[in-house]
Amino acid sequence: MARPDPRESRFSSTLPASVNGFGRRSLLRGALGVGALGATGMLSACGDDSTSGSGSGASAKAGNVKFGINEAKGSGPANERLQAMADAYAKKAGVTVSVNAVDHNTFQESITTYLQGSPDDVFTWFAGYRMAQFAEGGQIADISDVWPLDGIGDAFKKASTAADGKQYFVPVSYYPWAVFHRKSVFEKNGWTQPKTMDDLTALMKEMQGKKMTPFAFAAKDAWAPMGTFDILNMRLNGYDFHMALTKGEKAWDSPEVKNVFATWKTLLPYHQENSLGRTWQEAATSMAKGDCGMYLLGTFVVDGVPKEAQEDLDFFTFPELDASIGSDALDAPIDGFCVASGAQDEEAGKAYIKWLASAEAADAANNAASAPFIAANTAASTAKYGELQKKSVEVVQNAKSIAQFLDRDTNADLANTVITASLQDFIKKPDDIDGITASIQQQAKSILG
Amino acid sequence: MAVLAVIWLFPLLWALYNSFREYSYTQTNGYLSFGGWTLDNYTEAWNRGNFGLHLKNSLLITIPAVALTLFLSSLVAFVLARFSYRFNLTLLGVFLAANLLPPQALLIPVFRMFKEIPLPAFMSETGTMLNSFWALILVNTAFQLGFCTFVLSNYMKTLPHEIYESAELDGASVWRQYWQLTMPLVRPALAALATLQVTWIYNEFFWATVLISRGDKYPVTSALNNLRGQFFSDTNLVAAGSIIVALPVLVVFFALQKQFVSGLTLGSTKG
Amino acid sequence: MTTATPTRRPRRQRARVEKRHSGRDRLVIGLMIGVPTLLVVWLVWLPAIGSVLLSFTKWNGFKFSAIQWVGTKNYVDIATIYPPFWPAIRHNLIWLVFLFVLPTILGMLLAVVLDREMWGSRFYQTAFYLPVVLSLALVGFIWQLFYSTDQGLINEVFGSNVDWYGDPDVNLWAVLVATAWRHTGYIMLIYLAGLKGVDGSLREAAAVDGATEVKTFFHVIFPVMRPINMIVLVIVVIESLRAFDLVWIVNKGRNGLELISALVSQNVIGEATRYGFGSALAVIMMVISSVFITIYLRIVFREERR
Repeated sequence: MARPDPRESRFSSTLPASVNGFGRRSLLRGALGVGALGATGMLSACGDDSTSGSGSGASAKAGNVKFGINEAKGSGPANERLQAMADAYAKKAGVTVSVNAVDHNTFQESITTYLQGSPDDVFTWFAGYRMAQFAEGGQIADISDVWPLDGIGDAFKKASTAADGKQYFVPVSYYPWAVFHRKSVFEKNGWTQPKTMDDLTALMKEMQGKKMTPFAFAAKDAWAPMGTFDILNMRLNGYDFHMALTKGEKAWDSPEVKNVFATWKTLLPYHQENSLGRTWQEAATSMAKGDCGMYLLGTFVVDGVPKEAQEDLDFFTFPELDASIGSDALDAPIDGFCVASGAQDEEAGKAYIKWLASAEAADAANNAASAPFIAANTAASTAKYGELQKKSVEVVQNAKSIAQFLDRDTNADLANTVITASLQDFIKKPDDIDGITASIQQQAKSILG
Repeated sequence: MAVLAVIWLFPLLWALYNSFREYSYTQTNGYLSFGGWTLDNYTEAWNRGNFGLHLKNSLLITIPAVALTLFLSSLVAFVLARFSYRFNLTLLGVFLAANLLPPQALLIPVFRMFKEIPLPAFMSETGTMLNSFWALILVNTAFQLGFCTFVLSNYMKTLPHEIYESAELDGASVWRQYWQLTMPLVRPALAALATLQVTWIYNEFFWATVLISRGDKYPVTSALNNLRGQFFSDTNLVAAGSIIVALPVLVVFFALQKQFVSGLTLGSTKG
Repeated sequence: MTTATPTRRPRRQRARVEKRHSGRDRLVIGLMIGVPTLLVVWLVWLPAIGSVLLSFTKWNGFKFSAIQWVGTKNYVDIATIYPPFWPAIRHNLIWLVFLFVLPTILGMLLAVVLDREMWGSRFYQTAFYLPVVLSLALVGFIWQLFYSTDQGLINEVFGSNVDWYGDPDVNLWAVLVATAWRHTGYIMLIYLAGLKGVDGSLREAAAVDGATEVKTFFHVIFPVMRPINMIVLVIVVIESLRAFDLVWIVNKGRNGLELISALVSQNVIGEATRYGFGSALAVIMMVISSVFITIYLRIVFREERR
């Protein structure tokens, strides 16, 4: 499958602006930096040496694992990494791993029918409520017995745990959301990264004085403005409130949420106009070109900017808005794997998934692909990481609380059919905060209640 | 008229034109330029989209579905046209209305039913109707039967009644009247319908997305998605992919064009 | 599509034939009708009933035991607190009106002109019909070449900076133009098929009477085409109600492109599993469809009975 393709690198680096913004997460994994080759598996955290008696040992004799992945063949580094993991495991454990590769969007669109139908034993998925809802529905298998996993910290364990306190997920990689900007632009103007809201306001005014739009902004993809909502909510109301809101324990028409929208409204003039027609790639391009000063997005933003700008990128976490709340929470969505409960061979799946969380698996993936992901396993080699990835690791480790993302933390029905449209409505009509929040709450009550 | 025709053809020609040009060239010189010729988009799209496999899937779905649709609808049409039972109109209603119902409305129950229906392993790797071409063939057939029945029965009614009378006198069974007498005579209509059905079923992607969840089973309409996401921006690549997808139906259309026009023409009789 | 132009075979004759069937023939006839009917009932009518039932429930689609009966709540919610619903209805209506105004009339005119076997008629027919062969998804891709903000032909030629697919104020119209491109050929084809059925002698008679082309059309041809017109009308209505592929490809039917079909899909495809709610939307679609399906069938039956 490893078709050597000289054009590949060209594509992943010259992604132009009007990419119709579908594969956000696929893109993320695309070009997260350009590291040197050479890291090898440093530490095998997995327990399926044939002598090991720890659960997975017995199942390693199973001959075939079915592996469903959300990246189509030939779609780039993300597919290469998943394929490399499958190959490495097949070689190591002496089993056949049959890969079912479906393109990212189709996979996501058909996830419920996929799980109800005939899912593969192990499949790629996301942490957070997105995972937990399938645990509740009995679609994915309890894999607490593969935990603890060497090199996977407590925060990740928490993110892999469903409401019943059991683990249904293993993490493999993640990426933080932060405010990105071009280093050279900041240097040229003598700007520094803002630490407080006052700093930020001053910076935004300064940028406007230079005829620069402070924030690039895109909302054509319905999920994109969720990033802004998340960070404002976490800064204004704190992580706990944010999570309670996503769980439906707080009301969407509460004064706290209205405050988020009100604050957002005051910030909107500093954002690019006509965002509803813009994809994030286009917004990233305007930042790269210097039309906009900053852009709040996941690290996959590098995929939206030209090569020369990629190395010029830097980021900071969104400054604090309320001193009593601080700025130690952020969105850092985690990607990983689940075992389907409809799996034909659950034991084989568990053995495989345990290995997938290992540093060895992460290294196999990163060594085989033209661009690495940020491994969830702390023992994984960082040799291939670029500057941004190294900094990402640091930022996420320093953060006290990690949220997944609004559409990963919230009930899927609510997120996909209500919040997406409502945020776009807000951007259209920022004056109608009361109407919009009331509408969300009414629908949330109907869906959750 | 000529101007209008050119306007109509232009989008296709534009796609064709750019599918032969290099992306980087059009990026630097703009799309209004001339040059940057290459065939790479086609090889690239073909490989990336895995079109070989998906075209094969599409054929495996479309051909049986069209054949089955034409066969079943010709059966019903024959009975409707040949005999007059009291239930004729009701029956036609059942078929025709089915043709017009929105597929989204039926999605969930159909999915559920297929999930519960076991198939032997040699028919479906997953052991159920899901992820098997059988499901797509049957669904497409069920949805298209109404239209074909309608057209065919209209067509059959135009056949001179005398031929049946002499056949009856010869003691020909109903089946023989259908198979040996009627079918050869309705060939133009069958050809016209085949053209339409091939385009409709081949282009169908709604049911495919719902009933299939294995990457290697998707029909070609979904393969275009493989070019999207990361590479959707490469307009020229997508253009090449679009042309590849469009090519089979265009070939069918041109091959059957003559019958197509005459078949549909005769489908309605001179007043 | 092809029209129910009536046949004038005496009914008595047919009735007589029927009585002579042997048992075997009757079995054959039964099978000929029974098998296809079963298929349609099984895959279309049963699911339709299933959707109606589901529309009164709340269900996440996983376990049958989780189905809760909620009465008409879904319908009430749709009408009262589901913001995209009314825009969707409006867009479907715009869609409908647009399809009538542009592609239908254009298609009809093209058919009338092309029916006269002028030079190159075949070529023109092909040109207008070609887009019909393509899937709407593909139509979406092809028009992306025109509509893309940065790389699209329209913006490049006019130096404009409009995001045709993205801006909620214009995207519906952009999509409609693409639809029209495909729909015109379809309508043209239906009319062509119908016009071939118009007796040439009528036209000649009109010509002898010295009627102009236009007059001939309105006084002679148009009235004869009445059944076709009705069928086209119904097809256009149904098509605009079922419109789906194009908006789904462009942005999943959000942000200016809400359509009922897309709303149904948003609620039941992907991670959202509001099966009861989605079914209720689907039933609304079915109810509206069935009004027009009934009209359609009545036209067909009237023709049949003649």
